[in-house]
Amino acid sequence: MSLAGIFLITFLLVHMGINLLVIIFDDPMVYNRAAHFMSSNILIKIFEIVLFGGLLLHVIFALILQVQNWFARPRRYNKANYSNTSFFSKFMIHTAGIILVFLIIHFIDFYFRVKFGHSTMIHVDGVMYHDLATEIVDKFKLLPFVIFYIAAFIFLGFHLIHGFQSAFKTLGLDHKKYTPVVQALAFIYTVVVVAGYSIIPLVIYFK
Amino acid sequence: MNLKLKIWRQKDTQNRGKFVNYELRDISPDSSFLEMLDILNEQLVTRNEEPVVFDDDCREGICGACGMYINGHPHGPDTLITVCQLHMRKFKNGDTIVIEPWRARAFPMIKDLMVDRSAFDTLIQEGGYVSVNTGSAPDANNIPIKKEFAELSMDAAACIGCGACVAACKNASAMLFVGAKVSHLSLLPQGKVEARERVKRLVAMMDKLGFGNCTNTGACEAECPKGINMTNIARLNREYYKAAF
Amino acid sequence: MVKLHSRIPEGPIAEKWSSYISNQNLVNPANKRKLDIIIVGTGLAGASAAASLAEMGFKVKAFCYQDSPRRAHSISAQGGINAAKNYQNDGDSIYRLFFDTVKGGDYRSREANVYRLAEVSNQIIDQCVAQGVPFAREYGGTLDNRSFGGALVSRTFYARGQTGQQLLLGAYQALSRQIKKGNVEMYPRMEMYNMVMVDGKARGIIGRDAITGKLERFSAHAVVLATGGYGNVFFLSTMAMGANASAIWQCYKKGALFGNPCFVQIHPTCIPVHGDYQSKLTLMSESLRNDGRIWVPNKKEDAERLQKGEISGVDIPEEDRDYYLERRYPAFGNLVPRDVASRAAKERCDAGYGVNSSGLAVFLDFKDAIERLGKDVIKAKYGNLFQMYEKISDDNPYEVPMMIYPAIHYTMGGIWVDYELHTTIPGLFATGESNFSDHGANRLGASALMQGLADGYFVLPYTIQNYLADEINTPRFATDIPEFDAAEKEVTEQLEKLMAIKGGQTVDTLHKRLGKIMWDYVGMARNKEGLVKAREEIIKLKEEFWSDVKITGELDDLNPELQKASRLADFLELGELMAMDALNREESCGGHFREEFQTEEGEALRNDKDFTYVAAWEFKGPEKDPVLHQEPLNFEYIEVKQRNYK
Repeated sequence: MSLAGIFLITFLLVHMGINLLVIIFDDPMVYNRAAHFMSSNILIKIFEIVLFGGLLLHVIFALILQVQNWFARPRRYNKANYSNTSFFSKFMIHTAGIILVFLIIHFIDFYFRVKFGHSTMIHVDGVMYHDLATEIVDKFKLLPFVIFYIAAFIFLGFHLIHGFQSAFKTLGLDHKKYTPVVQALAFIYTVVVVAGYSIIPLVIYFK
Repeated sequence: MNLKLKIWRQKDTQNRGKFVNYELRDISPDSSFLEMLDILNEQLVTRNEEPVVFDDDCREGICGACGMYINGHPHGPDTLITVCQLHMRKFKNGDTIVIEPWRARAFPMIKDLMVDRSAFDTLIQEGGYVSVNTGSAPDANNIPIKKEFAELSMDAAACIGCGACVAACKNASAMLFVGAKVSHLSLLPQGKVEARERVKRLVAMMDKLGFGNCTNTGACEAECPKGINMTNIARLNREYYKAAF
Repeated sequence: MVKLHSRIPEGPIAEKWSSYISNQNLVNPANKRKLDIIIVGTGLAGASAAASLAEMGFKVKAFCYQDSPRRAHSISAQGGINAAKNYQNDGDSIYRLFFDTVKGGDYRSREANVYRLAEVSNQIIDQCVAQGVPFAREYGGTLDNRSFGGALVSRTFYARGQTGQQLLLGAYQALSRQIKKGNVEMYPRMEMYNMVMVDGKARGIIGRDAITGKLERFSAHAVVLATGGYGNVFFLSTMAMGANASAIWQCYKKGALFGNPCFVQIHPTCIPVHGDYQSKLTLMSESLRNDGRIWVPNKKEDAERLQKGEISGVDIPEEDRDYYLERRYPAFGNLVPRDVASRAAKERCDAGYGVNSSGLAVFLDFKDAIERLGKDVIKAKYGNLFQMYEKISDDNPYEVPMMIYPAIHYTMGGIWVDYELHTTIPGLFATGESNFSDHGANRLGASALMQGLADGYFVLPYTIQNYLADEINTPRFATDIPEFDAAEKEVTEQLEKLMAIKGGQTVDTLHKRLGKIMWDYVGMARNKEGLVKAREEIIKLKEEFWSDVKITGELDDLNPELQKASRLADFLELGELMAMDALNREESCGGHFREEFQTEEGEALRNDKDFTYVAAWEFKGPEKDPVLHQEPLNFEYIEVKQRNYK
């Protein structure tokens, strides 16, 4: 669970870096080339399977654990828990649900279309590229899509701000000196990821 | 002060329970929460009604027998205390107080506010000890122990086994209880000898008994009357991985 | 006619125990498996005995009224445990610990037992450390000690303010290990209601399952009582709410003699009573007296203003304070034994110098200690006690002096036992606080834990074998014999009788009244007139109880009111015996202070010529007076002197 989580956390950064290419460079081909590389390199392809495995494990474990947890208290309290706790940790399964919905849409929109060939293709220097950059730009001209996208990332942020540091604790990594550092890192990471992803549609929409 | 009480009443496991409302007048703010319940019970007995059943014994916060869920908090709104140390001055005149039993699958209901916490005993029986027979001990000062570790071990050993951690946890997990025992023993050279076996057996038993999983939410630490720290949970995880490899 | 025989081994005192061990009868391992031992109570004495006997191979059945053996009231002991390790190099020795304990007990304990206690004290510390008890340590990694009342050396081992808890958890964990191994059958929430005798020997008990209300029968080759003290006869005490005398009282009524019932310890540092709804008293560890100074104002008008709440302790200047313990006992100062400190507090309060609204409190002040050592040091030493005080009283002891007053804390009296912890009933043993043996008329601080564990780990497991060695041919037996029928019937009848009263007064109301009689007349200061009156009033109250107690609920169900009523029925009888014993003992010694017998300075005045004996009372029947037996106490190794802490 925690290992898969940390793995996904790393992936998010990589993915964000590539996405940011769309707004950093005016030339859509920078992004398209990067995307092409990500989908054609053999190593990355292997890694893709690992990534899916990680995600699947994360989800499956989450479901098993959640069912066990619900089962551990068959009768709930009438007055909800008011304990002073890590707030977002109480809603991990809920934020996870929202993120999952987003992921499914995301896959339908980009990943599967690329894989199964429904996207626009362009020729550059004799190589066929999916013109994803243009598609992204087109999508983010629609306000509902922008809102949905940003909202999903805010929920991802909620998920991460607890998940990041919790993963360390589950791995047994807790230390007087370093745990506050991990927590600070979790906060910075979350802000960077949410801001990094959200800035893309905003920039495109207002351009 | 005058109070409205909303207390969970359940005759036994066969009967479904329900909340019953009571009103109490002229309670001294200096009385303890359990003394307030004593007063209620005196009134109930006088009216030929059955008193509210709850566990308690030492009434000084150390035996771990008392425990109830008060207004969304195990052991009530104050921190670092058990119910028996909670005083009515923490409430306001006219307050409504909702009192529920600990709720967890591993703590089956007995009656009213009394639950069966023998799962904790089962856990200790599974390995929460040092296997040393009476009479076979070397001189107490033979093995020096670093003060820092002795103190950390004592921090964990302060657990009173009341079950507030399980009651507070949204997953009814016993990780803090088990973490405290594993930490207490594994931090000391005497307990290190069988640390691997101990942690594996305790974790397996914890799962078997139907406690939930830890999501590092921290409600256990927030509600623990003895301030047992969540670092003990991380240490439990660490000891568990150590034992696995 | 019962004959008291203390069975003290021959030989010099330092060799008695080792020669006993060398010469006693033992049970061979194959036979141990065939022998059952019932242990009632799972505190320090019970849990340690159960674990040790099970390790040896005996089959043990352990009982406690709480939901878990870990909750026994030993857990509440705060300060520490004594041992004659002399780790501090301050001249401690087994003899000195023995001497201090006998002297502290005001020369009313048995020399041989106390010497043995001091002797095994060192083994206890070794054992507990091996179990993983996290005692306080020095920076070098060795064990730390602190000093306690009644001693001039530092011999007290401690685990913060939770020593009792840590020692009990050690014993509980050892017990848990044996439960898992199947050597101990554990029966929590099972209270002993009767003892069963077959052919004149203790052979079993009748227990009541607190959840179902059903009576159950248990047989064994020997029965061990480890049920703690009977301080709750006073209603308000530092005992746990459920602590009761019923197990020992049933044994007394079956013929076990009761030793020194009037010896009750009043602990000087408890949080004062604050209202009539109060259910129990909270002790503040005696270790606080190491750094705290006890005082009252020396001007009566200041005391009166304190009582009215017009001023607080900090408003009184240094020169107007009376540090009465330091004044009266310059050598020991605030560290005089508990009985002396308690009486001195009562003396000041009775004279009108009390410092709270009821006039029944004195100050325990840490101002000097905080100035001398700094707040951090005080916090490290006593932080949890200060926090506990603040939660209860809503006062911050770092800022204002604590208020304390004496409260019932420990009962030195108990079932009479010989050197082997054997009662006058063959096969019935009593350990820990439930026996009378080691503390005489007053117990020193940090000695209760020592005695409980000494009995359970190191004494009983040996001495019980001397008895069991003759029982190896007694097979395990079923409980469907007439003796069990009769014992169960007695209990059923008693409980049915209680349920049938359907009177008008709640159990607690009656218990509070008993407590008031006991505290007023059989408490810190006693006199003939009061004791006679106490007995009369208890008899009247007993009649009232049996005609007017009100119990709700069902007989065979979880019924806390019935449990309490049944316990109170026994307390009422015990209270009467305590008054009789106090009346009989025409001297002042330790916790027993008869106002008629005091020196001109108001110190306790013993009468060694007539009362150097253990008063052991024999039950003669419900309507008859008990008979007094005397076990003379001989002091061969200690010169009997008037205690002097000046």
